[in-house]
Amino acid sequence: MMNRSPILSLRGIQKSYGPIKVLHGVDLDIYPGEVVALLGENGAGKSTLSNIISGTVQPSAGGMTWLGKPYAPADPRAAMDEGVGMIHQELKLLPKLSIAENIFVGRYPMKSGRVDRKTMEERARAGLQRLGLDVPPERLVEGLSTGRQQLIEIAKALTLNARLLILDEPTAALGGEETRALFRQIERLKAEGVGIIYISHRLEEIRQITDRIVVMRDGAKVQEFDSGDVPIRTIVEAMVGRSLERMFPALPAPNDEVTLEVRGLSSPGKAFRDINFSVRKGEVFGIAGLMGAGRTELVRAITGADPISAGEVLLHGKPVTLRSPIDAIRNGIVLVPEDRKLQGVVLEHSIAENIGYANLKEIARKGWVSSRRIRDFAEDYIKRFGVKGRSGQNAGELSGGNQQKVVIAKWLARKPQVVVLDEPTRGIDVGARSSIYDLIMDLAREGVAVIVVSSDLEEVLGVSSRIMVMAQGKQAGILNREDANDVSVMELATI
Amino acid sequence: MVADVKERQGFAFGMLPSLRGATGPLIGLIVLCLFLTFATDKFLSVRNFLNVLDQITVLGVMAVGMTLVILIGGIDLAVGSVMALAMMVLGYLHVVVGMPMELAIPLALLAAALNGLVAGILITRFNVPAFIATLAMMSIARGLANMITDGQQIIGFPAWFNMMAIVRFGGFLTLTVAVMIVVFIVGLLYQRYRHGGRVLYAIGGNAEVARLAGINVQRATVLVYVVCSFLAGLSGMVLAARLDSVQPSSGVSYELDAIAAVVIGGTSLSGGTGGIGGTIIGVLIIGVLRNGLNLLSVSPFMQQVIIGAVIVLAVTAETYRKRK
Repeated sequence: MMNRSPILSLRGIQKSYGPIKVLHGVDLDIYPGEVVALLGENGAGKSTLSNIISGTVQPSAGGMTWLGKPYAPADPRAAMDEGVGMIHQELKLLPKLSIAENIFVGRYPMKSGRVDRKTMEERARAGLQRLGLDVPPERLVEGLSTGRQQLIEIAKALTLNARLLILDEPTAALGGEETRALFRQIERLKAEGVGIIYISHRLEEIRQITDRIVVMRDGAKVQEFDSGDVPIRTIVEAMVGRSLERMFPALPAPNDEVTLEVRGLSSPGKAFRDINFSVRKGEVFGIAGLMGAGRTELVRAITGADPISAGEVLLHGKPVTLRSPIDAIRNGIVLVPEDRKLQGVVLEHSIAENIGYANLKEIARKGWVSSRRIRDFAEDYIKRFGVKGRSGQNAGELSGGNQQKVVIAKWLARKPQVVVLDEPTRGIDVGARSSIYDLIMDLAREGVAVIVVSSDLEEVLGVSSRIMVMAQGKQAGILNREDANDVSVMELATI
Repeated sequence: MVADVKERQGFAFGMLPSLRGATGPLIGLIVLCLFLTFATDKFLSVRNFLNVLDQITVLGVMAVGMTLVILIGGIDLAVGSVMALAMMVLGYLHVVVGMPMELAIPLALLAAALNGLVAGILITRFNVPAFIATLAMMSIARGLANMITDGQQIIGFPAWFNMMAIVRFGGFLTLTVAVMIVVFIVGLLYQRYRHGGRVLYAIGGNAEVARLAGINVQRATVLVYVVCSFLAGLSGMVLAARLDSVQPSSGVSYELDAIAAVVIGGTSLSGGTGGIGGTIIGVLIIGVLRNGLNLLSVSPFMQQVIIGAVIVLAVTAETYRKRK
């Protein structure tokens, strides 16, 4: 441990919403130049804790000290002024403004009553250079990769002279190279003495980047490791509070019958070119690759969500036309999309309605439906899938894992033959992940051909019986389970 | 917090099943009626109530179509002009061409519906924003309406046409009010219990989710604009019957009244929540308010101010309630 005094100390922080206590007295110290991983399942209290530090939420009890002085930010602005930078999971940049304007939005440097663009761009350039980002500050944010946008968020915090950065799932949308670039910058910031709280569900990267691990469960700090290099199993066990027998369920043996075949498939925008593969009945087929490799575009085309320019998709040996999702669904090909909140569920509508929307024709009798009938239909699936929520509850109130179950559940009444899951566990906590994996295996066992796209290497290796690796829109190779490991997949992905 | 949610849903689902989300406007309407009952001696009478119903027919029919459009997150600025166009087509076909009313009315409604078809295709096929597409149709339809007679009004409808708006069958309902009530009931049933109606909520909630769920978003969208324009045409027939004449300047800014009724009734402009139940209450609030203000001899200019204030009140109350 470092001998210096902490930047920030939390003592006995509690938070209650009405009768519900979400934090039960947390103590935490952050020292300069260290990366502390804050881990825990969704609902463990990580977000509440980081919101308290960043001034979004006020604690019900307990106190904080910042550089030795009492610290109680009334709002995010006050926390920012002290030097706390919070980088949210969802990027909050304005696409139509320049990088410099985004960095200084709300606090533009002024000169004689006008915005001083020159000073602003110079200071922005300095901030970007500090992070090794080689982009002109007058460029619009629109069109920048997610990874670069993330770095701009960090640059924004740094120009505020942040002494402490809170990174909430910074790599959730990043590919391998971008993640490595981010880590290089984190190392740099560490050397400059910035303290970093790092929240992530990706345990592999936690081991690479952090100096200390704090595990939270049910609103309390349950364990602290004084090193980042702790076996993943040990961390997971601390997070879920029980010992884990296995992370991935056993794979069912696939049938010899080919359900889906893709021949020479290409997209109009060249996002993917000349893709060939087949998926057997009861097989889980993984698709791996870096960000921008064309995986999402490929599976969206197979499910009719995006157009194709050449090639064909065959179902049981017969070609099918897929002009829209309706065509695909009619043929039993369904998609569990990448972005749950924007493509999977209507957040402000109830679970029952969300399940109902994909099945209205089946629920309706001669075109007549009622809320009651939708509810009865949905409740059956809610029970069967163990969705934690009432049918009348809004989908937005559910945890990510339960939302994902709703998205999957809505398709199963259709008895699909091909289920495509794009990033099925992104943003879902570890405990809930295994129930998603169980669901995938159940589908395969019932004879469904399953395609899983994932950026999480461990996940795609764990659930797939074969893995297709994509690189820059092309098919780099297909690996059998025996030959697939993180090295062989990454080799193909970085061709 | 959890208990609170449960309680609210229990209330909405259990007690007022057809008014989900419109309890606030309903309370507002009741308060308004109570106030006018005490403030004037003429308000609380069967005759005045029937007057209010007669006065809201045009707005009521139009607002049902507007609700469907707003429910899918769209907007239709053309309804006032489309109404005028349908009226002029009716007058031209019957009075100038000499077609029987039985034929002229359906053709006028068809002319109205065609406007919606064009708007719907512009929106879905050519990705023109609904605001722009219907703004254009507003101008086009108004121009066409004026071109038919070069801006002149047309008179000379059969006597029975005007009687539809005057004779109270069974001493109670005029035919025009009956048309409105039928539109209300069909609209309510369609929106709540038909496959096609439920789909609109999905589209308004999140069009991409709806598309990926296998809903034909484009077809539903075109259909909604067609229905909205058709109902604008129908409201034109109602107005023609009431006035016993048609003129191309009818219905200017009616689209804004219709939007106001929908919004007061609790349907969100961003789509996905609300419905015709609320809109009926919104229409009644506007009708009762105008009637009451007339009884109180408030000047028409002051009435505009008050109606504006009511819109603000209704929407902020709803937003505040949701945040709580």
